[in-house]
Amino acid sequence: MSLDWIISIVENNWHLLLRAMGITLLIALIGTVIGALIGFVIGIIDTIPKTKSPKQVLLKVVRFILACYVEFFRGTPMMVQAMVVYYGLDMALGIDLNILTAGILVVSLNTGAYMAEIVRGGIVSIDKGQYEAAQAIGMSHVQTMMHVVLPQVGRNILPATGNQLIMNIKDTAVLSVIGVNELFFQTKSIAGANFRYFEAFFIASILYLVMTFTATRILRWMERRLDGPQAFEKKEVA
Amino acid sequence: METVIDIKHLSKSFGSNEVLKDVNFEVKKGEVVTLIGSSGSGKSTLLRCVNLLETPNGGEIIYKGNDILKEMKNVEQYRTHLGMVFQQFNLFNNLTVLDNCIVGQVKVLKRSKAEAIKVAEEYLQLVGMEAYVNARPRQLSGGQKQRVAIARALCMNPDVMLFDEPTSALDPEMVGEVLKVMRKLADDGNTMLIVTHEMQFAREVSDRIVFMDKGVIVEQGTPDEVLLNPQHDRTKAFLQRTFA
Repeated sequence: MSLDWIISIVENNWHLLLRAMGITLLIALIGTVIGALIGFVIGIIDTIPKTKSPKQVLLKVVRFILACYVEFFRGTPMMVQAMVVYYGLDMALGIDLNILTAGILVVSLNTGAYMAEIVRGGIVSIDKGQYEAAQAIGMSHVQTMMHVVLPQVGRNILPATGNQLIMNIKDTAVLSVIGVNELFFQTKSIAGANFRYFEAFFIASILYLVMTFTATRILRWMERRLDGPQAFEKKEVA
Repeated sequence: METVIDIKHLSKSFGSNEVLKDVNFEVKKGEVVTLIGSSGSGKSTLLRCVNLLETPNGGEIIYKGNDILKEMKNVEQYRTHLGMVFQQFNLFNNLTVLDNCIVGQVKVLKRSKAEAIKVAEEYLQLVGMEAYVNARPRQLSGGQKQRVAIARALCMNPDVMLFDEPTSALDPEMVGEVLKVMRKLADDGNTMLIVTHEMQFAREVSDRIVFMDKGVIVEQGTPDEVLLNPQHDRTKAFLQRTFA
């Protein structure tokens, strides 16, 4: 009976499964946060207004390099990226990364490439009037970005960032190719040890769903908090 | 009277489209100057050139004796001396009414937060929005937004207030509340440069009216001179269309 097997697998392996869930969440969360930071940096560099200063040449070079990075990580499967980063760093630079660190690095770089476009789109979509109003009270470009534009971008791209987080929770599964002990990898070994593939992966699917559903709810709550209260309190005026 | 802004031979083109051609004019301290003219006459562009939201192609902008275009490094500091009110309000959407009014004071003028709040409350009271300090822009009507935008500009204690069609995006019943605030500012002796289509208002508050057409100043003078006794055919034709 499948149900008996499911119960017995959970009973005997719950601590392993929990630990694997923890690793999956850890990689997905840290990867999304670092990826978002990378995205913000690239998005900001991409939208620096044109000036006549000689630094423009440097800016062009930096933008070209960043464009190459974005194209590579958006244009190749994360599974392949994991292999290239993990084995490549070791071969080329002699850096022997801890498997977990390699996993986080791959997810961060992959997310960063997607987030760069999301952030750039978010910055471009802010009304020109917001920039002009900030300039008109004497703000520099940096101040305008810090106090006016980026806070609005952050709020506007939160749904897309949440999407990335959910994709990352699921896509950590591909890191099993370099042996990261996340939920898919752990499930595979439990399944193999018991010769029970359907039951083991059925449990895994439920666990993935619990993680993504929880993440969705938390993100919705964050969006509502950032929007502030629907109504405002009128101040008493004497 | 001291000249605050002196504009000499100003020109501006967008591509091959010459929007301003050799414009000369000045604003004196305490003066209320209104720019009128049909759409596309260059009046908004002229106003936006004054605080360098548009970069002129030629000419000089002299602010209190300094040629601003030659000292482009101090643009940000220069802009703090000019308060700008936009047609589309452009309140910072991420900030409350109070924060809209203090962010510039704290970040640009480096005032303390306590002082900034005090200044903000004073000007929000002037525009009748002191009860709305905790509101966000999306919770306000157009007229309320524009009044907050005026307070935000005043908080920087500018020498000149610039108004770019401040009532053009408002529902008719909200125009009055904004004009009332502007009239109060004019009565208080503020230096104001206004682009507007509100002829009655222009007539009442202006010390001088400037009529522009096709990128040049056609004529200027007191409201009665320009509106009641125009010298140029183009002015007459414009006024006929406006009051027809």
